[in-house]
Amino acid sequence: MSKIWVFVELAKEEVSPISLEVMTGARGLGGELEAVVLNPQARLVTETLGEFGATTVYLGTDEAYGTHVAQPHAAVLASLVEQHRPDLLIFGATYDGRDICGHLSAQLGSTVVANATGISTAAGGFSVCSSIFGATLNVTTEVRGPTPCVLVRPKSYQAVGFGGPPPRLVEVSLPAGSPLGARRLESVVAPTSGPKLEEARVVISGGRGLQEPSNFALLDQLASQLQGAVGASRAVVDAGWVPYARQVGQTGKTVKPDLYIACGISGAMQHTVGMKSAGHIVAINRDRDAPIFKLSDLGIVGDVLKVLPALIEELRARGLEPQ
Amino acid sequence: MVLDPGDAYGVEAGLRIAEATAGEVVAISMGGEQAVDVVRKAMAMGAASGIHICDPLLAGADALTTARALAAAVRSSAAELVIACTESTDGYTGTVPAAVAELLGWPSLTFAKKLEVEGRTVLIHRQTPNGHDVVEADLPAVVTVTGGINEPRYPTLKGIMGARGRPLERLDLSGLGMDADLIAEEQGHQRVTLIQPAPQRDAGRIVEDDGSAALVIAEYLAELKLI
Repeated sequence: MSKIWVFVELAKEEVSPISLEVMTGARGLGGELEAVVLNPQARLVTETLGEFGATTVYLGTDEAYGTHVAQPHAAVLASLVEQHRPDLLIFGATYDGRDICGHLSAQLGSTVVANATGISTAAGGFSVCSSIFGATLNVTTEVRGPTPCVLVRPKSYQAVGFGGPPPRLVEVSLPAGSPLGARRLESVVAPTSGPKLEEARVVISGGRGLQEPSNFALLDQLASQLQGAVGASRAVVDAGWVPYARQVGQTGKTVKPDLYIACGISGAMQHTVGMKSAGHIVAINRDRDAPIFKLSDLGIVGDVLKVLPALIEELRARGLEPQ
Repeated sequence: MVLDPGDAYGVEAGLRIAEATAGEVVAISMGGEQAVDVVRKAMAMGAASGIHICDPLLAGADALTTARALAAAVRSSAAELVIACTESTDGYTGTVPAAVAELLGWPSLTFAKKLEVEGRTVLIHRQTPNGHDVVEADLPAVVTVTGGINEPRYPTLKGIMGARGRPLERLDLSGLGMDADLIAEEQGHQRVTLIQPAPQRDAGRIVEDDGSAALVIAEYLAELKLI
Protein backbone atom coordinates (compact mmCIF):
# COMPACT_ATOMS: atom_id res chain seq x y z
CA MET A 1 0.00 0.00 0.00
CA SER A 2 1.35 3.40 -0.91
CA LYS A 3 2.20 5.91 1.80
CA ILE A 4 0.96 9.44 1.21
CA TRP A 5 2.02 12.39 3.27
CA VAL A 6 0.35 15.75 3.62
CA PHE A 7 2.18 18.79 4.97
CA VAL A 8 -0.35 20.49 7.24
CA GLU A 9 -0.46 24.20 8.00
CA LEU A 10 -2.31 26.02 10.76
CA ALA A 11 -4.43 29.14 10.55
CA LYS A 12 -4.73 30.65 14.01
CA GLU A 13 -5.21 27.57 16.19
CA GLU A 14 -6.90 25.32 13.65
CA VAL A 15 -5.93 23.32 10.61
CA SER A 16 -5.98 25.76 7.69
CA PRO A 17 -8.84 25.17 5.24
CA ILE A 18 -6.47 24.31 2.38
CA SER A 19 -4.77 21.61 4.45
CA LEU A 20 -8.17 20.01 5.13
CA GLU A 21 -8.95 20.15 1.39
CA VAL A 22 -5.63 18.48 0.61
CA MET A 23 -6.20 15.83 3.31
CA THR A 24 -9.57 15.05 1.74
CA GLY A 25 -8.06 14.74 -1.73
CA ALA A 26 -5.16 12.62 -0.47
CA ARG A 27 -7.56 10.27 1.33
CA GLY A 28 -9.21 9.55 -2.00
CA LEU A 29 -5.98 8.00 -3.27
CA GLY A 30 -6.52 4.94 -1.12
CA GLY A 31 -3.06 4.69 0.45
CA GLU A 32 -1.92 5.07 4.03
CA LEU A 33 -2.45 8.75 4.85
CA GLU A 34 -0.02 10.43 7.22
CA ALA A 35 0.34 14.09 8.16
CA VAL A 36 3.30 16.23 9.11
CA VAL A 37 2.57 19.31 11.18
CA LEU A 38 5.38 21.62 12.25
CA ASN A 39 4.10 24.42 14.41
CA PRO A 40 4.53 25.42 18.06
CA GLN A 41 0.77 24.76 18.41
CA ALA A 42 0.70 21.51 16.47
CA ARG A 43 -0.77 19.58 19.40
CA LEU A 44 -4.07 21.43 19.08
CA VAL A 45 -4.93 19.86 15.73
CA THR A 46 -3.95 16.20 15.91
CA GLU A 47 -7.52 15.01 16.56
CA THR A 48 -8.84 16.92 13.57
CA LEU A 49 -6.16 15.32 11.42
CA GLY A 50 -7.36 11.92 12.63
CA GLU A 51 -10.93 12.82 11.73
CA PHE A 52 -9.70 13.64 8.23
CA GLY A 53 -8.00 10.29 7.84
CA ALA A 54 -4.42 10.61 9.10
CA THR A 55 -3.34 7.36 10.76
CA THR A 56 -0.03 8.85 11.91
CA VAL A 57 0.85 12.46 12.63
CA TYR A 58 4.48 13.56 12.72
CA LEU A 59 4.51 16.42 15.11
CA GLY A 60 7.14 19.13 15.62
CA THR A 61 6.60 21.98 18.08
CA ASP A 62 9.98 23.73 17.99
CA GLU A 63 9.72 27.52 18.29
CA ALA A 64 11.85 27.83 15.14
CA TYR A 65 8.79 26.88 13.03
CA GLY A 66 7.26 30.19 14.05
CA THR A 67 10.34 32.39 14.28
CA HIS A 68 11.88 31.30 10.95
CA VAL A 69 10.53 30.89 7.45
CA ALA A 70 10.61 27.63 5.49
CA GLN A 71 14.09 26.32 6.21
CA PRO A 72 13.58 24.63 9.60
CA HIS A 73 10.46 22.99 8.17
CA ALA A 74 12.33 21.81 5.08
CA ALA A 75 15.22 20.49 7.17
CA VAL A 76 13.05 18.31 9.40
CA LEU A 77 10.90 17.18 6.48
CA ALA A 78 14.00 16.15 4.57
CA SER A 79 15.19 13.95 7.41
CA LEU A 80 11.71 12.46 7.92
CA VAL A 81 11.32 11.71 4.22
CA GLU A 82 14.77 10.07 4.06
CA GLN A 83 13.76 7.89 7.00
CA HIS A 84 10.22 6.90 5.98
CA ARG A 85 10.22 7.26 2.18
CA PRO A 86 6.62 8.27 1.53
CA ASP A 87 5.47 7.70 -2.05
CA LEU A 88 4.07 11.19 -2.40
CA LEU A 89 4.26 14.43 -0.40
CA ILE A 90 1.44 16.92 -0.88
CA PHE A 91 1.43 20.60 0.08
CA GLY A 92 -1.23 23.26 -0.21
CA ALA A 93 -0.16 25.98 -2.66
CA THR A 94 0.39 28.63 0.03
CA TYR A 95 3.30 31.02 0.52
CA ASP A 96 4.91 28.76 3.09
CA GLY A 97 3.99 25.59 1.18
CA ARG A 98 5.79 26.81 -1.96
CA ASP A 99 8.89 27.90 -0.07
CA ILE A 100 9.17 24.77 2.05
CA CYS A 101 8.57 22.60 -1.01
CA GLY A 102 11.24 24.49 -2.98
CA HIS A 103 13.90 24.10 -0.29
CA LEU A 104 12.94 20.47 0.28
CA SER A 105 12.95 19.46 -3.39
CA ALA A 106 16.53 20.66 -3.74
CA GLN A 107 17.60 18.67 -0.69
CA LEU A 108 15.91 15.46 -1.82
CA GLY A 109 16.27 15.71 -5.59
CA SER A 110 12.48 15.45 -5.80
CA THR A 111 10.43 16.62 -8.72
CA VAL A 112 7.65 19.14 -8.05
CA VAL A 113 4.31 19.59 -9.78
CA ALA A 114 2.66 22.89 -8.92
CA ASN A 115 -0.81 24.26 -9.67
CA ALA A 116 -2.27 20.80 -9.12
CA THR A 117 -6.04 20.54 -9.19
CA GLY A 118 -6.27 16.77 -8.88
CA ILE A 119 -4.19 13.68 -8.16
CA SER A 120 -4.88 10.09 -9.13
CA THR A 121 -3.04 6.81 -8.95
CA ALA A 122 -1.28 5.57 -12.08
CA ALA A 123 0.67 2.42 -12.89
CA GLY A 124 3.66 2.47 -10.55
CA GLY A 125 3.01 5.92 -9.16
CA PHE A 126 0.80 8.96 -9.36
CA SER A 127 -0.65 11.14 -12.01
CA VAL A 128 -1.19 14.83 -11.33
CA CYS A 129 -3.56 17.12 -13.16
CA SER A 130 -2.43 20.73 -13.13
CA SER A 131 -3.73 23.89 -14.56
CA ILE A 132 -1.40 26.25 -16.44
CA PHE A 133 -1.47 29.41 -18.57
CA GLY A 134 -4.10 31.00 -16.38
CA ALA A 135 -6.10 27.76 -16.17
CA THR A 136 -6.58 27.59 -19.95
CA LEU A 137 -4.65 24.32 -20.27
CA ASN A 138 -4.91 21.14 -18.22
CA VAL A 139 -1.77 19.07 -18.08
CA THR A 140 -1.55 15.51 -16.82
CA THR A 141 1.88 14.58 -15.49
CA GLU A 142 3.12 11.24 -14.22
CA VAL A 143 5.62 11.63 -11.41
CA ARG A 144 8.27 9.24 -10.17
CA GLY A 145 11.69 9.23 -8.51
CA PRO A 146 12.44 10.08 -4.86
CA THR A 147 9.25 11.23 -3.07
CA PRO A 148 7.63 13.50 -5.68
CA CYS A 149 6.09 16.69 -4.29
CA VAL A 150 2.79 18.22 -5.36
CA LEU A 151 1.43 21.71 -4.61
CA VAL A 152 -2.36 21.70 -4.72
CA ARG A 153 -4.30 24.87 -5.52
CA PRO A 154 -6.88 26.10 -3.02
CA LYS A 155 -10.47 24.95 -3.60
CA SER A 156 -9.42 21.94 -5.66
CA TYR A 157 -11.18 19.65 -3.20
CA GLN A 158 -14.05 20.17 -0.83
CA ALA A 159 -12.91 19.43 2.73
CA VAL A 160 -14.87 16.55 4.24
CA GLY A 161 -13.98 14.77 7.48
CA PHE A 162 -15.21 11.27 8.17
CA GLY A 163 -14.75 10.90 11.90
CA GLY A 164 -11.52 8.87 11.75
CA PRO A 165 -9.97 7.79 15.07
CA PRO A 166 -7.21 9.72 16.86
CA PRO A 167 -3.93 9.18 15.02
CA ARG A 168 -0.68 7.72 16.28
CA LEU A 169 1.57 10.62 17.27
CA VAL A 170 5.28 10.70 16.49
CA GLU A 171 7.25 13.58 17.97
CA VAL A 172 10.02 14.90 15.78
CA SER A 173 12.77 17.35 16.62
CA LEU A 174 14.80 19.65 14.46
CA PRO A 175 18.10 18.02 13.41
CA ALA A 176 20.98 19.65 15.29
CA GLY A 177 22.81 22.30 13.31
CA SER A 178 20.04 22.81 10.74
CA PRO A 179 20.35 26.20 9.03
CA LEU A 180 17.30 28.20 10.09
CA GLY A 181 17.33 30.74 7.27
CA ALA A 182 15.29 33.94 7.22
CA ARG A 183 14.02 35.30 10.54
CA ARG A 184 10.40 36.36 11.01
CA LEU A 185 10.56 39.48 13.18
CA GLU A 186 6.93 40.53 13.21
CA SER A 187 3.53 39.63 11.74
CA VAL A 188 1.29 42.50 10.73
CA VAL A 189 -2.39 41.72 10.17
CA ALA A 190 -4.34 44.20 8.06
CA PRO A 191 -7.74 45.07 9.57
CA THR A 192 -10.74 43.63 7.70
CA SER A 193 -14.49 43.62 8.16
CA GLY A 194 -17.39 41.63 6.73
CA PRO A 195 -17.17 38.07 5.45
CA LYS A 196 -13.77 36.66 4.48
CA LEU A 197 -12.95 36.94 0.79
CA GLU A 198 -12.26 33.20 0.46
CA GLU A 199 -15.50 32.22 2.20
CA ALA A 200 -18.02 34.82 1.03
CA ARG A 201 -21.01 33.68 -1.07
CA VAL A 202 -20.82 36.91 -3.05
CA VAL A 203 -17.57 38.58 -4.13
CA ILE A 204 -17.50 42.00 -5.77
CA SER A 205 -14.15 42.89 -7.28
CA GLY A 206 -12.85 46.11 -8.77
CA GLY A 207 -10.15 46.96 -11.28
CA ARG A 208 -8.68 49.90 -13.16
CA GLY A 209 -12.07 50.72 -14.63
CA LEU A 210 -13.03 52.24 -11.28
CA GLN A 211 -10.57 55.00 -12.19
CA GLU A 212 -9.88 56.18 -8.64
CA PRO A 213 -9.26 54.43 -5.33
CA SER A 214 -12.10 56.34 -3.67
CA ASN A 215 -14.58 54.65 -6.03
CA PHE A 216 -13.96 51.38 -4.21
CA ALA A 217 -16.48 52.77 -1.70
CA LEU A 218 -19.16 51.82 -4.25
CA LEU A 219 -18.04 48.19 -4.00
CA ASP A 220 -18.12 48.37 -0.20
CA GLN A 221 -21.70 49.65 -0.34
CA LEU A 222 -22.84 46.99 -2.78
CA ALA A 223 -21.04 44.32 -0.74
CA SER A 224 -22.90 45.42 2.38
CA GLN A 225 -26.22 45.06 0.52
CA LEU A 226 -25.37 41.57 -0.73
CA GLN A 227 -23.46 40.43 2.38
CA GLY A 228 -20.46 39.96 0.15
CA ALA A 229 -16.74 40.59 0.30
CA VAL A 230 -14.74 43.02 -1.82
CA GLY A 231 -11.88 41.79 -3.98
CA ALA A 232 -9.56 43.46 -6.46
CA SER A 233 -7.46 42.88 -9.54
CA ARG A 234 -3.69 42.82 -9.35
CA ALA A 235 -3.43 46.11 -11.22
CA VAL A 236 -5.15 48.13 -8.51
CA VAL A 237 -3.39 46.28 -5.70
CA ASP A 238 -0.05 47.01 -7.38
CA ALA A 239 -1.10 50.63 -7.72
CA GLY A 240 -1.69 50.72 -3.96
CA TRP A 241 -5.46 51.40 -4.12
CA VAL A 242 -6.39 48.51 -1.84
CA PRO A 243 -4.41 46.15 0.39
CA TYR A 244 -2.92 43.02 -1.08
CA ALA A 245 -5.17 40.87 1.13
CA ARG A 246 -7.98 41.69 -1.32
CA GLN A 247 -6.20 40.50 -4.46
CA VAL A 248 -7.93 37.75 -6.40
CA GLY A 249 -5.83 35.78 -8.85
CA GLN A 250 -2.68 33.83 -9.46
CA THR A 251 -0.60 35.39 -6.70
CA GLY A 252 -3.63 36.45 -4.70
CA LYS A 253 -6.58 34.48 -3.45
CA THR A 254 -8.65 31.84 -5.18
CA VAL A 255 -12.35 32.38 -4.63
CA LYS A 256 -15.34 30.22 -5.47
CA PRO A 257 -18.42 32.23 -4.48
CA ASP A 258 -21.96 31.66 -5.76
CA LEU A 259 -21.75 35.04 -7.46
CA TYR A 260 -18.75 37.05 -8.64
CA ILE A 261 -19.26 40.60 -9.87
CA ALA A 262 -16.25 41.95 -11.80
CA CYS A 263 -16.35 45.75 -11.96
CA GLY A 264 -14.03 47.44 -14.42
CA ILE A 265 -11.80 44.36 -14.66
CA SER A 266 -10.60 43.41 -18.13
CA GLY A 267 -10.04 39.76 -17.23
CA ALA A 268 -6.31 39.07 -17.61
CA MET A 269 -5.66 35.39 -17.05
CA GLN A 270 -3.67 36.15 -13.90
CA HIS A 271 -6.97 37.39 -12.49
CA THR A 272 -9.42 34.91 -13.97
CA VAL A 273 -7.47 31.92 -12.67
CA GLY A 274 -8.55 33.02 -9.19
CA MET A 275 -12.28 33.38 -9.90
CA LYS A 276 -13.31 31.34 -12.91
CA SER A 277 -14.86 28.59 -10.82
CA ALA A 278 -17.40 30.98 -9.34
CA GLY A 279 -20.98 29.72 -9.63
CA HIS A 280 -22.16 32.77 -11.58
CA ILE A 281 -20.19 35.67 -13.01
CA VAL A 282 -21.45 39.17 -13.78
CA ALA A 283 -19.05 41.59 -15.48
CA ILE A 284 -19.37 45.32 -15.99
CA ASN A 285 -16.87 46.86 -18.38
CA ARG A 286 -16.79 49.64 -20.95
CA ASP A 287 -14.79 47.62 -23.45
CA ARG A 288 -17.04 45.25 -25.35
CA ASP A 289 -13.99 43.14 -26.29
CA ALA A 290 -12.74 42.71 -22.71
CA PRO A 291 -11.84 39.04 -22.14
CA ILE A 292 -13.88 39.00 -18.93
CA PHE A 293 -17.06 38.86 -21.07
CA LYS A 294 -15.98 35.50 -22.48
CA LEU A 295 -16.59 33.87 -19.12
CA SER A 296 -19.46 35.99 -17.81
CA ASP A 297 -22.99 34.70 -17.46
CA LEU A 298 -24.18 38.28 -17.62
CA GLY A 299 -22.02 40.96 -19.22
CA ILE A 300 -22.87 44.64 -19.04
CA VAL A 301 -21.12 46.87 -21.58
CA GLY A 302 -21.19 50.19 -19.80
CA ASP A 303 -19.53 52.61 -17.43
CA VAL A 304 -19.09 50.94 -14.08
CA LEU A 305 -19.27 54.35 -12.39
CA LYS A 306 -22.80 54.79 -13.73
CA VAL A 307 -23.99 51.20 -13.39
CA LEU A 308 -22.86 50.66 -9.78
CA PRO A 309 -24.63 53.68 -8.22
CA ALA A 310 -27.75 52.76 -10.19
CA LEU A 311 -27.54 49.17 -8.97
CA ILE A 312 -27.07 50.29 -5.36
CA GLU A 313 -30.20 52.46 -5.73
CA GLU A 314 -32.14 49.63 -7.39
CA LEU A 315 -31.29 47.28 -4.49
CA ARG A 316 -32.17 50.00 -1.99
CA ALA A 317 -35.57 50.29 -3.67
CA ARG A 318 -35.94 46.55 -3.05
CA GLY A 319 -35.34 47.03 0.64
CA LEU A 320 -31.58 46.41 0.83
CA GLU A 321 -30.00 49.35 2.63
CA PRO A 322 -26.24 49.81 2.18
CA GLN A 323 -24.18 50.24 5.34
CA MET B 1 20.82 39.54 -10.48
CA VAL B 2 17.49 38.74 -12.01
CA LEU B 3 16.08 35.39 -12.94
CA ASP B 4 12.51 35.42 -14.07
CA PRO B 5 11.50 36.44 -17.58
CA GLY B 6 8.76 38.89 -18.21
CA ASP B 7 8.91 41.15 -15.23
CA ALA B 8 10.79 44.39 -14.80
CA TYR B 9 10.10 44.79 -11.08
CA GLY B 10 13.00 42.56 -10.11
CA VAL B 11 15.40 44.36 -12.46
CA GLU B 12 14.36 47.69 -10.99
CA ALA B 13 14.79 46.40 -7.42
CA GLY B 14 18.26 45.13 -8.29
CA LEU B 15 19.30 48.36 -10.00
CA ARG B 16 18.23 50.44 -7.01
CA ILE B 17 20.25 48.31 -4.61
CA ALA B 18 23.24 48.28 -6.97
CA GLU B 19 23.09 52.08 -7.29
CA ALA B 20 22.98 52.52 -3.52
CA THR B 21 25.82 50.10 -2.82
CA ALA B 22 28.14 50.67 -5.78
CA GLY B 23 27.35 47.16 -6.95
CA GLU B 24 26.22 45.94 -10.31
CA VAL B 25 23.37 43.89 -11.72
CA VAL B 26 23.84 40.76 -13.80
CA ALA B 27 20.71 39.75 -15.70
CA ILE B 28 20.14 35.99 -16.00
CA SER B 29 17.46 34.24 -17.96
CA MET B 30 16.97 30.69 -19.13
CA GLY B 31 15.20 29.52 -22.24
CA GLY B 32 15.08 30.06 -25.98
CA GLU B 33 15.52 33.29 -27.95
CA GLN B 34 12.75 34.92 -25.93
CA ALA B 35 15.03 34.70 -22.90
CA VAL B 36 17.72 36.69 -24.75
CA ASP B 37 15.23 39.51 -25.22
CA VAL B 38 14.54 39.50 -21.49
CA VAL B 39 18.25 39.78 -20.73
CA ARG B 40 18.70 42.56 -23.32
CA LYS B 41 15.81 44.51 -21.88
CA ALA B 42 17.29 44.21 -18.38
CA MET B 43 20.64 45.42 -19.76
CA ALA B 44 18.93 48.34 -21.48
CA MET B 45 17.43 49.24 -18.10
CA GLY B 46 20.94 49.28 -16.66
CA ALA B 47 22.22 45.76 -15.92
CA ALA B 48 25.99 45.65 -16.36
CA SER B 49 26.07 42.25 -18.02
CA GLY B 50 23.88 39.32 -18.94
CA ILE B 51 23.85 35.54 -18.88
CA HIS B 52 21.62 33.54 -21.20
CA ILE B 53 21.27 29.90 -20.19
CA CYS B 54 20.35 27.73 -23.14
CA ASP B 55 20.76 24.02 -23.78
CA PRO B 56 18.55 21.53 -25.62
CA LEU B 57 18.70 19.29 -22.54
CA LEU B 58 17.06 22.07 -20.53
CA ALA B 59 14.00 22.38 -22.77
CA GLY B 60 10.91 21.65 -20.71
CA ALA B 61 13.03 21.53 -17.55
CA ASP B 62 11.12 21.02 -14.31
CA ALA B 63 11.49 23.37 -11.36
CA LEU B 64 14.42 21.53 -9.80
CA THR B 65 16.45 21.34 -13.02
CA THR B 66 15.73 25.02 -13.68
CA ALA B 67 16.92 25.80 -10.17
CA ARG B 68 20.10 23.77 -10.69
CA ALA B 69 20.95 25.72 -13.85
CA LEU B 70 20.19 29.10 -12.28
CA ALA B 71 22.17 28.27 -9.15
CA ALA B 72 25.15 27.27 -11.32
CA ALA B 73 24.94 30.59 -13.18
CA VAL B 74 24.74 32.51 -9.91
CA ARG B 75 27.85 30.72 -8.66
CA SER B 76 29.73 31.67 -11.82
CA SER B 77 28.79 35.32 -11.36
CA ALA B 78 29.97 35.76 -7.76
CA ALA B 79 26.71 37.55 -6.92
CA GLU B 80 25.64 38.00 -3.31
CA LEU B 81 21.98 38.77 -3.86
CA VAL B 82 19.62 37.02 -6.24
CA ILE B 83 16.34 38.72 -7.09
CA ALA B 84 13.54 36.86 -8.83
CA CYS B 85 9.95 37.75 -9.58
CA THR B 86 7.00 35.82 -8.24
CA GLU B 87 4.66 35.92 -11.18
CA SER B 88 4.92 34.46 -14.63
CA THR B 89 2.21 33.73 -17.12
CA ASP B 90 3.05 30.13 -17.98
CA GLY B 91 3.44 27.10 -15.75
CA TYR B 92 3.97 29.17 -12.63
CA THR B 93 5.62 26.88 -10.13
CA GLY B 94 6.84 29.20 -7.45
CA THR B 95 9.35 26.75 -6.01
CA VAL B 96 12.35 27.70 -8.15
CA PRO B 97 13.70 30.61 -6.06
CA ALA B 98 13.60 28.62 -2.80
CA ALA B 99 15.26 25.68 -4.55
CA VAL B 100 17.99 28.02 -5.91
CA ALA B 101 18.55 29.30 -2.36
CA GLU B 102 18.79 25.75 -1.02
CA LEU B 103 21.28 24.71 -3.71
CA LEU B 104 23.44 27.75 -2.93
CA GLY B 105 23.07 27.20 0.83
CA TRP B 106 21.53 30.67 1.18
CA PRO B 107 18.35 31.83 2.93
CA SER B 108 15.32 32.75 0.84
CA LEU B 109 13.16 35.82 1.43
CA THR B 110 10.05 35.55 -0.69
CA PHE B 111 6.97 37.49 -1.83
CA ALA B 112 8.59 40.80 -0.90
CA LYS B 113 6.39 43.84 -1.35
CA LYS B 114 9.13 45.94 0.23
CA LEU B 115 12.88 45.30 0.10
CA GLU B 116 15.77 46.99 1.90
CA VAL B 117 19.45 46.12 2.09
CA GLU B 118 21.27 47.66 5.04
CA GLY B 119 24.92 46.64 5.27
CA ARG B 120 24.89 42.84 5.26
CA THR B 121 21.22 42.54 6.21
CA VAL B 122 18.28 42.08 3.83
CA LEU B 123 14.88 43.04 5.22
CA ILE B 124 11.58 42.50 3.46
CA HIS B 125 7.86 42.79 3.98
CA ARG B 126 6.62 39.34 2.99
CA GLN B 127 3.05 39.10 1.78
CA THR B 128 0.78 36.90 3.87
CA PRO B 129 -2.89 36.09 3.31
CA ASN B 130 -3.88 38.70 5.93
CA GLY B 131 -1.17 41.35 5.77
CA HIS B 132 2.59 40.98 5.88
CA ASP B 133 5.45 39.58 7.93
CA VAL B 134 8.68 41.48 8.50
CA VAL B 135 11.45 39.03 7.57
CA GLU B 136 15.21 39.47 7.55
CA ALA B 137 18.32 37.47 6.72
CA ASP B 138 22.01 38.06 6.16
CA LEU B 139 23.64 38.21 2.74
CA PRO B 140 24.15 36.28 0.58
CA ALA B 141 20.45 35.63 -0.01
CA VAL B 142 17.74 34.96 -2.57
CA VAL B 143 14.81 37.39 -2.68
CA THR B 144 11.59 37.22 -4.70
CA VAL B 145 9.67 40.41 -5.28
CA THR B 146 6.01 40.89 -6.15
CA GLY B 147 4.60 43.14 -8.82
CA GLY B 148 4.07 46.67 -7.59
CA ILE B 149 7.13 46.72 -5.32
CA ASN B 150 8.43 49.66 -7.38
CA GLU B 151 7.86 51.66 -10.55
CA PRO B 152 10.22 50.06 -13.08
CA ARG B 153 12.14 52.53 -15.24
CA TYR B 154 11.75 52.40 -19.00
CA PRO B 155 14.84 51.64 -21.04
CA THR B 156 16.01 54.87 -22.66
CA LEU B 157 17.55 55.08 -26.12
CA LYS B 158 20.86 55.82 -24.42
CA GLY B 159 20.40 52.74 -22.25
CA ILE B 160 19.61 50.58 -25.24
CA MET B 161 22.65 51.85 -27.13
CA GLY B 162 24.87 51.50 -24.04
CA ALA B 163 23.73 47.90 -23.47
CA ARG B 164 25.09 46.86 -26.86
CA GLY B 165 28.67 47.20 -25.71
CA ARG B 166 28.20 45.18 -22.53
CA PRO B 167 28.93 41.46 -22.24
CA LEU B 168 26.14 38.94 -22.78
CA GLU B 169 27.37 35.43 -22.13
CA ARG B 170 25.62 32.33 -23.41
CA LEU B 171 26.04 29.25 -21.22
CA ASP B 172 25.04 25.64 -21.89
CA LEU B 173 25.16 22.68 -19.50
CA SER B 174 28.89 22.16 -19.82
CA GLY B 175 29.53 25.90 -19.61
CA LEU B 176 27.66 25.82 -16.31
CA GLY B 177 29.63 22.80 -15.15
CA MET B 178 26.43 20.78 -14.77
CA ASP B 179 26.21 17.00 -14.71
CA ALA B 180 24.32 16.04 -17.88
CA ASP B 181 23.63 12.52 -16.56
CA LEU B 182 22.00 13.83 -13.39
CA ILE B 183 19.90 16.25 -15.41
CA ALA B 184 18.82 13.50 -17.80
CA GLU B 185 17.89 11.24 -14.89
CA GLU B 186 15.95 13.94 -13.05
CA GLN B 187 14.12 14.93 -16.21
CA GLY B 188 12.72 11.39 -16.14
CA HIS B 189 10.93 12.11 -12.86
CA GLN B 190 8.12 13.88 -14.69
CA ARG B 191 6.40 12.75 -17.82
CA VAL B 192 3.62 14.77 -19.36
CA THR B 193 1.03 12.32 -20.65
CA LEU B 194 -1.74 14.67 -21.73
CA ILE B 195 -2.24 18.36 -22.49
CA GLN B 196 -5.73 19.53 -23.22
CA PRO B 197 -7.60 22.82 -23.22
CA ALA B 198 -9.38 23.41 -19.91
CA PRO B 199 -13.17 23.33 -20.22
CA GLN B 200 -14.17 26.94 -20.76
CA ARG B 201 -17.23 28.67 -19.42
CA ASP B 202 -19.70 29.62 -22.08
CA ALA B 203 -20.12 33.32 -22.60
CA GLY B 204 -23.59 34.34 -21.51
CA ARG B 205 -25.82 37.26 -22.25
CA ILE B 206 -24.21 40.60 -23.15
CA VAL B 207 -26.23 43.72 -22.56
CA GLU B 208 -25.32 47.26 -23.70
CA ASP B 209 -26.14 49.68 -20.91
CA ASP B 210 -28.90 52.01 -22.07
CA GLY B 211 -29.67 53.08 -18.54
CA SER B 212 -31.42 49.82 -17.64
CA ALA B 213 -28.33 47.77 -16.72
CA ALA B 214 -28.94 48.10 -12.98
CA LEU B 215 -32.41 46.64 -13.43
CA VAL B 216 -31.06 43.78 -15.57
CA ILE B 217 -28.48 42.92 -12.89
CA ALA B 218 -31.04 43.17 -10.09
CA GLU B 219 -33.39 40.82 -11.98
CA TYR B 220 -30.52 38.40 -12.47
CA LEU B 221 -29.67 38.48 -8.74
CA ALA B 222 -33.34 37.83 -7.96
CA GLU B 223 -33.31 34.88 -10.38
CA LEU B 224 -30.35 33.46 -8.45
CA LYS B 225 -32.29 34.09 -5.22
CA LEU B 226 -29.41 36.22 -3.95
CA ILE B 227 -31.75 39.11 -3.20
